[in-house]
Amino acid sequence: MATSRPAARRFDRAFWRRTIRGYLFISPVVLGLIIWTFGPMVASLYFSLTDYKIVSPPVFTGLDNFSDLFTHDRLFIQSLWVTVRYTVLFVVLVQLVSLPLAMLLTQKVRGISVFRTLFYLPVVVPVVATALLWRYLMNKDYGPIDAALKFFGLPAVNWLGSPDMALVSLVIISVWGAALFTIIYVAALQHIPEQLHEAARIDGANAWQQFRFVTIPLLTPAIFFCLVTSVILSFQFFIPAFVMTGGGPANSTYVYNLNLYDKAFKWLEMGYASAMAWVLFIIIFIVTLVIFRTQRLWVHNDGGVRG
Amino acid sequence: MTGLASARAPGGPSRRRRLDSKRTLVYTLLVVGAALFAMPLIIMLTTSFKSYTEINSYPPTIVPNTWLPQNYANAWNYQNTDFPRWTLNTLFIIVLTLPGVMISASLCAYGFARLHFPGRDVWFVLVLASIMLPPQVTLIPLYIFFLKLGWLDTFWPLIIPAWFGGGALNIFLIRQFFLQIPIELDEAATIDGAGHLTIWWRIYLPLSKPVLVTVALLTTLAIWNDFFGPLIYLTSPKNYTLALGINMFQGLFTTRTDYIMAISTLMVLPMIVLFVFAQRYIVQGFVSSGLKG
Repeated sequence: MATSRPAARRFDRAFWRRTIRGYLFISPVVLGLIIWTFGPMVASLYFSLTDYKIVSPPVFTGLDNFSDLFTHDRLFIQSLWVTVRYTVLFVVLVQLVSLPLAMLLTQKVRGISVFRTLFYLPVVVPVVATALLWRYLMNKDYGPIDAALKFFGLPAVNWLGSPDMALVSLVIISVWGAALFTIIYVAALQHIPEQLHEAARIDGANAWQQFRFVTIPLLTPAIFFCLVTSVILSFQFFIPAFVMTGGGPANSTYVYNLNLYDKAFKWLEMGYASAMAWVLFIIIFIVTLVIFRTQRLWVHNDGGVRG
Repeated sequence: MTGLASARAPGGPSRRRRLDSKRTLVYTLLVVGAALFAMPLIIMLTTSFKSYTEINSYPPTIVPNTWLPQNYANAWNYQNTDFPRWTLNTLFIIVLTLPGVMISASLCAYGFARLHFPGRDVWFVLVLASIMLPPQVTLIPLYIFFLKLGWLDTFWPLIIPAWFGGGALNIFLIRQFFLQIPIELDEAATIDGAGHLTIWWRIYLPLSKPVLVTVALLTTLAIWNDFFGPLIYLTSPKNYTLALGINMFQGLFTTRTDYIMAISTLMVLPMIVLFVFAQRYIVQGFVSSGLKG
């Protein structure tokens, strides 16, 4: 392409016109990245090395914030641990629910599209509304879920009020709202050519073998995407904990971002909160990197059939 | 193929019976699953019509004993709240954000899809990488920036950034669509003397209605549902969005489940209607964002 041109003509007027025109077209996002992303990233990295309480200018304190985080701040360790537990539970549960659901929703039966709409609905429900709704559903005194459990002779569960259950309850709520993953799995399943199953059937493969040796390998790009996305989403988890439990009971749902929010906007510890943000960023970065590194081992990207 | 398969299974009727029982199983699972998944929303709807005493009595009713549509009016006009204004605020933000998203995202998408210039691919990778960046990393400097600008407790922090590219994902979606438009169209237009701005406006935008609808719908959903942005930037109740207002309401009147469900229904319903009528576009948006892998 451009390299075939004589070197002397590479920086002629046409080149500069082309370059300027190109950057004019993408200037919104270039400016946007500089103003709203890269600039703030540098600033937040600087703030993380300072003591900064808004009212007075930041005071450089080196790595003090980071060493405080890991040595003095038990709440930090605890909120990190709560988030890790939430992440593991959510990532596992959301795949276990959405993949079978997607297989169900790709069965060729009459009326399936109506069912699809029904199952997809939670994806458009605002998280605040989801939180308010489920706080009522999970109420231990007059909530419908416990009433249903009692009706079937089962013991009532203190969903949001007990430290053992609260985090699990938040995971359940998030899984309910996570139709995004079902949608992606349905699309991936629809991308698998019917002939592949046909061929496997003729070769004598039973349903399980078809699933194991045809469906699963071809789904791995979608599984990979859902895995990465669900991990990132879990580390962002905030609203239901903020609205429903406020981090309680006994800090059992005090997730990382709730802690960060309190540090920044309740106590105005902007330097300390910036350090927390960078620790979070580094954790997400490493986890994502590790998942990407394992990609080669289990994700089939060769068939041209993508997620 | 089907002929071959049925030839291999001579017992035609038994095969059909197996198919029938499979279909029954599929429907059973679908109905049970749908009941479980849709039940929360149905309960939200029915509870919003129940009386306060009915909600707090045991055992709970499935269908309200007495239907109270006035719950909606009561909740909408409840003391110390201003739901009409909060709804208008939300719509105001949507109306001022949408053109910025559409124009700037499609301009950038055109640059990335159709123009050749040094550094283009580097910038495109940076745009995509920014999707993965946790917003917490930029949150505090942006807050302080808006504080210094005097923009706290205004809608500008929620609107202006969208005019700068309109979101990485939207650029990506539109670019993918632009790439499928035959390049011969540009060449024909160029011969007729059209510049790139004309080609973008006169050829690419009109041909890209499906993806533009998708982007508009996803943006509307995102703003309507956004909680964190308003929570950080809006402080006085008169500036609240619906999402913030509803949260304040539940904080003040925790026990008024009837009104909370009525207001939640009012907030959820427009999005459900949008989804039912434009499911194709919305789902397509989610799926294409997953396709980048």
